[in-house]
Amino acid sequence: MSTQNRINQLFQSKKDNILSVYFTAGYPNLDDTATIIQTLEKNGVDLIEIGMPFSDPVADGPVIQNSSTVALKNGMSIKKLFQQLTSIRQSVKIPLILMGYLNPVIQFGVEEFCKKCKEVGIDGLILPDLPLSVYEEEYQALFEQYGLHNVLLITPQTSEARIRQIDEASNGFIYMVSSSSTTGAKDKVSDFHQEYFERVNQLELKNPRLIGFGISNHETFANACKYASGAIIGSAFVKALEQEISLEERISRFVNRIVNPV
Amino acid sequence: MNYQVNKKGYYGEFGGAYIPEMMHPNIEELQQRYMEIINSYNFRQDFIHLLKHYVGRPSPLYFAKRLSEKYGSNIYLKREDLNHTGSHKINNTIGQILLAKSLNKKRIIAETGAGQHGVATATVCALMGMKCIVYMGALDVERQAPNVKKMKMLGAEVIPAVSGNQTLKDATNEAMRDWINNPEDTHYIIGSVVGPHPYPDMVTQFQAVISEEIKMQLDEHIGREFPTRVIACVGGGSNAAGAFYHFLENESVELIGVEAAGKGVETKETAATLTLGKVGVLHSAKSMLMQTEDGQIVEPYSISAGLDYPGIGPLHAHLFQTKRARYLWATDEEVLESALELTQLEGIIPALESAHALAALKKIKLQPDEVTVVNLSGRGDKDMETYLNYFGY
Repeated sequence: MSTQNRINQLFQSKKDNILSVYFTAGYPNLDDTATIIQTLEKNGVDLIEIGMPFSDPVADGPVIQNSSTVALKNGMSIKKLFQQLTSIRQSVKIPLILMGYLNPVIQFGVEEFCKKCKEVGIDGLILPDLPLSVYEEEYQALFEQYGLHNVLLITPQTSEARIRQIDEASNGFIYMVSSSSTTGAKDKVSDFHQEYFERVNQLELKNPRLIGFGISNHETFANACKYASGAIIGSAFVKALEQEISLEERISRFVNRIVNPV
Repeated sequence: MNYQVNKKGYYGEFGGAYIPEMMHPNIEELQQRYMEIINSYNFRQDFIHLLKHYVGRPSPLYFAKRLSEKYGSNIYLKREDLNHTGSHKINNTIGQILLAKSLNKKRIIAETGAGQHGVATATVCALMGMKCIVYMGALDVERQAPNVKKMKMLGAEVIPAVSGNQTLKDATNEAMRDWINNPEDTHYIIGSVVGPHPYPDMVTQFQAVISEEIKMQLDEHIGREFPTRVIACVGGGSNAAGAFYHFLENESVELIGVEAAGKGVETKETAATLTLGKVGVLHSAKSMLMQTEDGQIVEPYSISAGLDYPGIGPLHAHLFQTKRARYLWATDEEVLESALELTQLEGIIPALESAHALAALKKIKLQPDEVTVVNLSGRGDKDMETYLNYFGY
């Protein structure tokens, strides 16, 4: 399928400084989902990853673990999330990605899940515990049928041969994990990783890349943008949502701080 | 019927390796090398030597005369409780520490619930001079203070897992996060037949010594290698996997696993995964899981901290689905009574986990000419407080 997915449109129209923001649906409050998405777009964010909370998020650090626990206590579920997203496309134009773990998706029903994604206007999926081989054998055909781009991860330890396999299986972008770690590691985008970023740049992959994990401020964002089309911020944003001011104000201050130098 | 793991790491539809990309290099290395390493001459020599001279194997297969009389049948106990460190857990940690050395790893991590696997891991790390970090739910750290102290004395660092419900499941999450953050020099010694391929098969291979010995010892006792049935308790399922392994292909041997029903399978305070669970993916494997309709994992409950895991090894899910093994359950109360029964009939105080297997004796009709082997997976020292509180001695 060669549909012009919103993700592809974004990467065609913007080649650098793409800012992607992750948040956990149902946090801080159950019904904040639409407001967070709309406010992020309004403040110039290019792409949004909507986290589907899971009880056992092994690839996540404490901040996203905590937001997931709170979201589940608030009553968030995939079913609820699709309800909240029913009319999101009336107000939001930027690409939307759902991110989460496999088990809740399996229980929801994989095909039903894909169908719902298409209905509400989801463009892609990030499922960290769906490995490449299982994706290709059991999920790819279904995802493609519903126009969903599966976003796969690479790390500094991923071999060149595997990076090429992942590039081959990808059709949106590649999620380049800055260093092997769980999410929310502190200020990890340092010189140490330049070698890895440059090595991957030289592979001339067909897919663009966004760098994630450890991006928390303007400096780390700007540094990551030197080596890829842009960067992804998760834990730092989720943490910023804790403040005691209005949700819109929290989001706008945060995005400003990332995009503009101090 | 085939009960071996296939090349992709599945038993029927269960198993696999649902790992985040960050774990890929370590898991791929294990998948590609574990068979060659554990079947190598040098590894076998070291493994057998340590099991004999350090662990104290073979563990006896003891004919429980008074227990047999009570049930009007022939009951043998496989005495894994007599192993060094007090349970079958050491068979696996000896195997994995040798494997970690072969892979040139410098740092060992492990999860533990009651602390038995933590102690067994800290023990082999002391033996080999390796750095050892054990993740344990913060709640379990409080409940199992003696084992925490043992691990510390053995030189291990015990890190309380403060996420989630702060028990075994969360300790496992933390150990996996540690491995993601330390991809280069660390080996994760998983304590049961759970986790991504090749762990379920690898741990089964290390525990298979249990059924290998049962066959030889039974032959000495009664002149044949195969009993009528084998009974073992099941949490993740490693002692059961080991006790069943060499009988899997002989379908005349009945295999019975016993899950922890906690306060009853009709209550929410239970850990009977096969009885109540549904297919899902947790800790990188597809198996049966205790979960909500939305696919969130449910915190299990059992009086025995070694059985309160919300999943079960994929081998057992497969044996359950194909009906090669039967899975019963026992409540806390039934288990306590069976523990007291064994103590007073045979002078053996069993671990609460192992007492689940004993409780099954009351749930099946034993015939006079039948031969039943119960895998007594661990000793009851760690459970004395629970026993004393309940029985009021």
